[in-house]
Amino acid sequence: MRSICLYFQVHQPFRLRTYRFFNIGQDHNYYDDYQNRHIIKRVAEKSYLPANQLMLELIREYGKGFRISYSISGTALDQLQIHVPEVITSFQQLANTGQVEFLSETYSHSLASLGNQEEFARQVLLHRNKVEELFGQKPVTFRNTELIYSDQIGSQVADLGFHTMLTEGAKHILGWKSPNYMYCNQINPKLKVLLRNFRLSDDLTFRFSNRDWSEWPLTAEKFVKWLNTIDKQEEVVNLFLDYETLGEHQWKETGIFDFFKHLPNAVFSKSKFGFSTPENLYQDLQPVAAISVPHAISWADEERDLTAWLGNELQDEAFAKLYSCQQKMKNCSDPDLLRDWLYLQTSNHFYYMCTKWFSAGEVHKYFNPYGSPYEAFINYMNVLSDFIIRIEEGNDKVIPTNKKSTAVKKAKSNHGPEIKKSDPSEKFKGTYRKLNFDDIIRLSDTKVKAIIRDVPVETLVYAVHGAGEEVAFKVEKNLGVRALRQYKELIKKLKKLKPSEVTKNRRQIIQELNKNNK
Amino acid sequence: MRVLMFGWEFPPHITGGLGTACFGLTKGLVKHGVEIIFVVPKAFGDETKEGFRLLNASDVKLDFRNRQSQEFWEKIQYMEIGSNLVPYVDPEEFETYVTKTKLSEKQIGESVFSKQYSFSGKYGPNLMEEVSRYALVASAIASEQSFDVIHAHDWLTYPAGIAAKEISGKPLVVHVHATEYDRSGENVNKNVFDIEQKGMATADLVITVSNLTRQIVIEKYGINPDKVITVHNAVEPVERPELEGVQKHVREKIVTFLGRVTYQKGPDYFVEAAYKVLQRDPNVRFVMAGSGDLLTRMIRRVAQLKIATKFHFTGFLTGSEVDMMFAMSDVYVMPSVSEPFGISPLEAMRSNVPVVISKQSGVAEVLKHALKVDFWDVDALADAIYGILHYDGLRKMFVRHGKTEVDNLKWENAALNIIEVYNKAVYK
Repeated sequence: MRSICLYFQVHQPFRLRTYRFFNIGQDHNYYDDYQNRHIIKRVAEKSYLPANQLMLELIREYGKGFRISYSISGTALDQLQIHVPEVITSFQQLANTGQVEFLSETYSHSLASLGNQEEFARQVLLHRNKVEELFGQKPVTFRNTELIYSDQIGSQVADLGFHTMLTEGAKHILGWKSPNYMYCNQINPKLKVLLRNFRLSDDLTFRFSNRDWSEWPLTAEKFVKWLNTIDKQEEVVNLFLDYETLGEHQWKETGIFDFFKHLPNAVFSKSKFGFSTPENLYQDLQPVAAISVPHAISWADEERDLTAWLGNELQDEAFAKLYSCQQKMKNCSDPDLLRDWLYLQTSNHFYYMCTKWFSAGEVHKYFNPYGSPYEAFINYMNVLSDFIIRIEEGNDKVIPTNKKSTAVKKAKSNHGPEIKKSDPSEKFKGTYRKLNFDDIIRLSDTKVKAIIRDVPVETLVYAVHGAGEEVAFKVEKNLGVRALRQYKELIKKLKKLKPSEVTKNRRQIIQELNKNNK
Repeated sequence: MRVLMFGWEFPPHITGGLGTACFGLTKGLVKHGVEIIFVVPKAFGDETKEGFRLLNASDVKLDFRNRQSQEFWEKIQYMEIGSNLVPYVDPEEFETYVTKTKLSEKQIGESVFSKQYSFSGKYGPNLMEEVSRYALVASAIASEQSFDVIHAHDWLTYPAGIAAKEISGKPLVVHVHATEYDRSGENVNKNVFDIEQKGMATADLVITVSNLTRQIVIEKYGINPDKVITVHNAVEPVERPELEGVQKHVREKIVTFLGRVTYQKGPDYFVEAAYKVLQRDPNVRFVMAGSGDLLTRMIRRVAQLKIATKFHFTGFLTGSEVDMMFAMSDVYVMPSVSEPFGISPLEAMRSNVPVVISKQSGVAEVLKHALKVDFWDVDALADAIYGILHYDGLRKMFVRHGKTEVDNLKWENAALNIIEVYNKAVYK
């Protein structure tokens, strides 16, 4: 039997609210709750609920012959649980039929596969557990965010215990080959790879309702006729679609639900095809060849590459800054931070910063809540800046004092002066806000002069070592002529300092600072 | 295609954007083989004439025994006296103008009817007199020259355009670079408004410099939308290698506002945004370059907000100082309340300075690599400034794409759209 593999992607991001720079350090609520709730409810009503109902009816009607598969991102599951739990229930009903396979992906539909292997593995595990907990299946098939795939990623996915992975049947990797066979990973042949038939899939996702399309209207019968023209040798047609195609991207009025309602009957009565899940195919089919994908591909845009999410200056800066947090987040146990760490990784945030739609790509514009990629970037970076401050503060809390100065120094060189940090080794005295070392730049010149007058030049040199440019400038500018000369000479001679020495000297100045501030 | 074009000024004798725009546009048209007779009230003799004829209205002699002239004069008499119609004039000069005398009707009549009239070509107190006389001369020129279409730039030349159309019967295109609403807000000068409306109504087609202006022309002047066409302005590419060595002498980043300090340009929003940014980051300096009737109020507000050590006023800057200012800036801000087009952000981008512009400016319609905010949204404005100063990816993006984008806004291309308008007017 030849197979149709019908797979649906369900994903919703946690969209960010308008977050201004003056919220940084004060307000840690990043999400546009109203919009997120509104969208998930609308999509559930127009798409998920009626589509699930239809699929359930089809399974009841056709029994074992009709099989489908889903991958639901963790961020979508979280939002459904909060706002429309009945969708979860209906997915559970589908799971109970035993004819629906649930796939695994990264929890937050992230680009972690390109950013950090360790974080990627963590997210996959998180998602696998969530699926198992909700639907009682342990996923064995993997679908990466937006079908992103490369030899390397595939091999890592195999190491994580999956036996099959889905990706795009991109023209430039297939060449003359057909997507309608089972392939395997180039590095680890144990991982089987299913390739999306983009022509037939896109007929449904993009062209279905287009009245200028020569094939409009597309009926199930016509679609089956096309399936029958496929070479008899070819084993499987992979139709990988956004689930929102049913009812949201293609409205109910376009007849999309009717199409799916009639598809099984047309397939069974007019063709030799049946329906299979990826797991069925794993059991039934042997790979015909390894597929070589040295550079990552995806299912997006004409190029089928990563440029919708990465590659311009905005995206690259945001991405690098985001994954620079990974080391610190590894040991984090704060549930709020962990949640934000996941939600901020969602690929959509990077998609909004894409500048490609300046020239083309109506699709991009359609999905973008921002006026321009620049606005998207600024908003995201404001949020990320606040998030980083929180990590720093959190880390200061947990790291023992002997390690602290290194951590502080690192934080400083990475993130510049906007980082506020607290010094846990000194307790709060009184009610006034205790000043820290960086606060020097906020003081008036007169005050600074008064403070550094009482401090030996050597102490200053040590304390300023590794501090931000602003701090150094503020100090230098308030030194007397002779002191400044001395100071500069000392700096020249200065070799590598132990972090503890820096801290020790800073502490002395901090004391002066606060004495003066009372 | 032969065009009789009426302008008010021409480089190098310009006081504002109008002359520059006319020059660029003319050059663009000439490249596409359009012949142009460009009439200015007063030619100084040192104007650049690249492939077109510059006619000096001051040289045209009129014969008033000619019945046509007499008749026409009667028609244009409605636009007589106006005391403060001084567009594009530096507000300080403006102050001195308004205090000057009003003209009597009789004076106009006499001087206009002298055989040869010497135009000043400036926006002086005799502006209305000059506009009238210019129209009269236009009728004389129109009857002598041969051409296919008439093109008049801004209200000062509309009467000339109308006159030329009446004499020659050729189609008239009026070009709206700014309206009285842009110059005076809601306190419009009725005389100017009437001239503008008459010009637009008489014209076969109206060109506006932005969709924003197009909307004003349709809504406030009641012009049929079908005959109003937007052709966005462009800029002339220039190389200024001498500016590469320019250095600023402060460590802080510099955020600049450059333009007339008047209600229309939204300087107050700039001050409020500066305050918000400085609350968070003291390592920024703000510069307000320009002067105008709101200047003293801005200085008072800055003092009140206690940010005067970080907020600087330069007063009015001249050509090379403007270039220097751009070269020193890290962000350029144009928070205009209403701006028909707004060429200055393009000049900033050409100097690799990222720009924040208001959505209420015509230039926002053509720029992609700029941050756009509503002029009244001080939070968004402050956020945009802060973003450019702190997130390096933005600056890199703007530097990489901004200059290219501006360099592609060529008059050559805009000229093609204008030729299309001509064709529509001639062959409709």
